[in-house]
Amino acid sequence: MEKEIFRYDNSIVRKFAYATMAFGIIGMLVGLTAALQMVDPMFNFLTSWLTFGRIRPLHTNAVIFAFVGNGIFMGVYYSLQRLLKTRMWSDLLSNINFWGWQLIILSAVATLPFGITTGKEYAELEWFIDIAIALIWVVFGLNMFMTILNRRERHLYVAIWFYIATFVTVAMLHIVNSFELPVSLFKSYSWYAGVQDALVQWWYGHNAVAFFLTTPYLGLMYYFIPKASNRPVYSYRLSIVHFWALIFIYIWAGPHHLLYSSLPDWAQNLGVVFSFMLIAPSWGGMLNGLLTLRGAWDRVRESAVLKFMVVAVTAYGMSTFEGPMLSLKNVNAISHFTDWTVAHVHIGGLGWNGFMTFGILYFLVPKLWRTKLYSDKLANFHFWIGTLGILFYALPMYWAGFTQSLMWKEFTQEGFLAYPNFLETVTQIKPMYAARAFGGFIYIIGVVAMLYNLIMTMKQGEFQKEEEASAAPLAKEEPAHAGEGWHRVIERRPVQMLVFSLVAVAIGGIIEIVPTMLIESNVPTIASVKPYTPLELEGRDIYIREGCYNCHSQMIRPFRSETERYGEYSKAGEFVYDHPFQWGSKRTGPDLHRVGGKYPDSWHYNHMWDPSAMSPGTIMPSYPWLFENALNTDLTAKKISAMKTLGVPYDEGYEEIALNDLNAQAEQIAANLKKDNIEVVPQTEIVALIAYLQRLGTDIKVKDSQAAMVNQ
Amino acid sequence: MLKFIKHHLDTIAGIEVFPIISFIIFFTFFLVVAAYVFKQRREYFDQMGLMPLDENQPSNQ
Repeated sequence: MEKEIFRYDNSIVRKFAYATMAFGIIGMLVGLTAALQMVDPMFNFLTSWLTFGRIRPLHTNAVIFAFVGNGIFMGVYYSLQRLLKTRMWSDLLSNINFWGWQLIILSAVATLPFGITTGKEYAELEWFIDIAIALIWVVFGLNMFMTILNRRERHLYVAIWFYIATFVTVAMLHIVNSFELPVSLFKSYSWYAGVQDALVQWWYGHNAVAFFLTTPYLGLMYYFIPKASNRPVYSYRLSIVHFWALIFIYIWAGPHHLLYSSLPDWAQNLGVVFSFMLIAPSWGGMLNGLLTLRGAWDRVRESAVLKFMVVAVTAYGMSTFEGPMLSLKNVNAISHFTDWTVAHVHIGGLGWNGFMTFGILYFLVPKLWRTKLYSDKLANFHFWIGTLGILFYALPMYWAGFTQSLMWKEFTQEGFLAYPNFLETVTQIKPMYAARAFGGFIYIIGVVAMLYNLIMTMKQGEFQKEEEASAAPLAKEEPAHAGEGWHRVIERRPVQMLVFSLVAVAIGGIIEIVPTMLIESNVPTIASVKPYTPLELEGRDIYIREGCYNCHSQMIRPFRSETERYGEYSKAGEFVYDHPFQWGSKRTGPDLHRVGGKYPDSWHYNHMWDPSAMSPGTIMPSYPWLFENALNTDLTAKKISAMKTLGVPYDEGYEEIALNDLNAQAEQIAANLKKDNIEVVPQTEIVALIAYLQRLGTDIKVKDSQAAMVNQ
Repeated sequence: MLKFIKHHLDTIAGIEVFPIISFIIFFTFFLVVAAYVFKQRREYFDQMGLMPLDENQPSNQ
């Protein structure tokens, strides 16, 4: 058949490469700032918008969606065209994808530091950005699909399956998790509450790891490792099993983030079993990647690209072994809420995603600019300092995690907590936080070296915007030959592939999520659990705005070491009015679920003003702006109405009189503070926050004291 | 007090069968894929594996 001449679009790849590099360095610098604040909170420079609770979400969003996200698009737009022997279907859609994604990132930068957040980890962006993400994602998918349909290569290489699965699953996860009710342009409430919200959130959260940080990068691995080493993948057979087993199992694993929480036992167990099974496909994929280099290890010694990729795949192997271990209940009891989790995700983030991206960049830039890498020496320097950076980051975090967990759980011979003051377990690990910041710092030095190296490479080369290629058009498809496997047939049919992938991931989602939706009627309602008062609701929104959940959990697990320290363990029925849930996933500070009534109002007042005055040596920042800002009650009525829409049983017409109750409660708190010689204007934010903190976890205490009264 | 966290999904009839169903679905599927993969000819896989490498020679025509 006559060959056709066509051109690959390299300029879209270049755009995404620039964005990957730029947002990589920005996201990591934000991370470093956050890490320094855990050594000394003065690194927020006393600004509200640089405090840990606000920039930690900025760091995670920047690194995941800006750095890795642009990295995905860069790699996909490069490899897809070449694997399908066609240009991207629409340059316009490619560019909408690019500029739309950057606009989303900029709107994240313009909202998160200012406390505009949904308060759901890894899905903090507000509703209007969520809609934009969905639209741009569809643009990406449409462009990819039309390209696939217009291909000149009959069979879809395994990398493309991973791209397809990524597209459908991320779309599904993002849409389901982002159901929220807008109150204003900058404020919305999660559609789900409490246990339900937690399950949906971690089903999303875990699979964001699976389908945003893993499957697209596995696709890139299957393309770029063979490419860089110039040899085919070790076992194509294994890659098929790898693909189906991975996407099928991954989708179930979310509940392992909620072990020993108020989530029903069967859902927890399901999460554990499937998480454990994940070792098999993950290691299958890792070995497939590494064994591709069998007999070519001499080349690894010479090529910085391959070095980065080998360490990336090894890090993938380590974190996918560690992940299933962490989801075993007995291990999780130790690791959860500690820095162990932080170490785990950074092996994945810095090692797998970071190093794979660097490897691809070192491969692509010389290719696109038709030149050699400016300095191999500098690339090697980057490799070594980056590897050291990972070690300096992760090892102290493991140490800190074990240390803190053991201290939390240690009892004296008399049966008391050995470290009853939570602060002791924090000051103990402060040197580890310093070491971690150092690790992050030298990792960034490596990235700066890479930027310099790549910019110099670009300068010495000449960018090739369009690359000519030729291939025969696809002949009309013959009917499947006799004896041809069904799989070979779907390998040629992208639409069926998409449907199959969607079915595979949807089964997991449905079986896991649907029964949980039924929980609403099955969570034993605790009669004494009442909706928040208007002031408490406003206080809760301040709690969300400041990102308190980044350091404080609200989930006391049923262990003696926790009930001794914090009080009665948390019950599912206590969270039924929590839109969104605020269980948290890390205890840099103590759990707050039973903090209500533990201290007088004045303690909270002084503590928020200057935490180190109340707890010398603490790393909690102070919140002076809460004392200056007047409480904005413009939206209070709307918020109450929204809560009613979501099923919170406020009385009919309550939104109209809510402000009266709010003011009365604020006056009451101001009066309490006055007894301790603190003069405060009742309508300030700190008063609302105190109201919320004092309410936390007290509903059950009310019941206990009433029951006690009845018994008397 | 334990009643608050235990058993609150027991009222959904047959909930305990969900994990078993999911395991059966997955395992059957896994066996089907594995069986297929081992039935296929080696040359086919070799050819597929070469796809990223020979960009200018379509292997499918």
